[in-house]
Amino acid sequence: MSLPPFQSLLDRYREPVYRFLVATAGPQYADDCFQETFLAALAAYPRLRRGSNLRAWLFTIAYRKAMDSHRTRRKDRATGPAVEKASPSTDGYSDIWDAVKRLPPKQRAAVFHRYAADLPYKDIANVLGSTDAAARQNVREGLKKLKEVFS
Amino acid sequence: MKNIQDALTKAGRVPIGERAVQAAEATMLEATRRGLVDVAYYLIDSPLGTLFAASTAKGLVRLAYVQDLDPILAELADRVSPRVVESKKELELVRRRLDEYFEGKRQSFDLPLDFRLSNGFYGRVLQATARIPYGQTVSYRDMAEKAGNLRATRAAGNALGSNPIAIVVPCHRVLRTGGDLGGYTGGLDKKIILLRLEKVIN
Repeated sequence: MSLPPFQSLLDRYREPVYRFLVATAGPQYADDCFQETFLAALAAYPRLRRGSNLRAWLFTIAYRKAMDSHRTRRKDRATGPAVEKASPSTDGYSDIWDAVKRLPPKQRAAVFHRYAADLPYKDIANVLGSTDAAARQNVREGLKKLKEVFS
Repeated sequence: MKNIQDALTKAGRVPIGERAVQAAEATMLEATRRGLVDVAYYLIDSPLGTLFAASTAKGLVRLAYVQDLDPILAELADRVSPRVVESKKELELVRRRLDEYFEGKRQSFDLPLDFRLSNGFYGRVLQATARIPYGQTVSYRDMAEKAGNLRATRAAGNALGSNPIAIVVPCHRVLRTGGDLGGYTGGLDKKIILLRLEKVIN
């Protein structure tokens, strides 16, 4: 069984990847990160082994591009300590996802992959290079920290 | 905790379907520009129904009467390259040439062709077929001879039946010795329309 035509990946994952990038890179950088992600994926595609988990692979690239985007940005994102006594905004997404971005790296990644990309824990573990249990732990601890921020 | 989970889930559901579609299109335009797309395809309307057209850097590699897109894309991913991407722009010239042909304004397609999907004897038959002029016909036997094996009339018929580039490689101009129309993979009705268009038959 060979790799599916790349267009089918695009059709299937463009929306979830875009949504993921809005959360991880921010709405104003999502377009650029999207392009970087899919161009990198297309370039690497023929070298993929058959039977690879395409979804996890694609989201790994997307996450890396989102983090690259943060690193290359010159403006200072740090706005000081976590917001005190804010309530999670359920209409927009800035407040809560901004708080997610301030989590320590493994928890940040785990929460992004779980709630922005909807990946099952098995795939999150793959992407993080850790165990299923560690992935769950990271999500749990991330959520706990977020609760502290918002209560 | 439940509150936080709800907030994360709900916040993720911003309606951005349309932006994702646009981002995908812009990205694939750039991908084509960078030479990352090995096979570009598009669907083209014609008097013979919807045609599937695909091209590589070498030229038109596939033109087919299509029902179901999946098997034809899977075959290209398997036999040419998995970097198969939809692109209206890359198939624009093919579309224009076909339109002109069906309007009776064009007799020669002048399109670069990629014969990689047909090898050996089949390839020779189809390359010879590509040279049959507009409005003329030859027999299956003639084609076998042109491809270097006078006795391979049936094989020539099979080669033509497997033609991956319909219309532009004019297998419709090949008839049985004696004038019987013979067969046509797309259906004999289509062969008749093409021969009528070229004024071979009434």
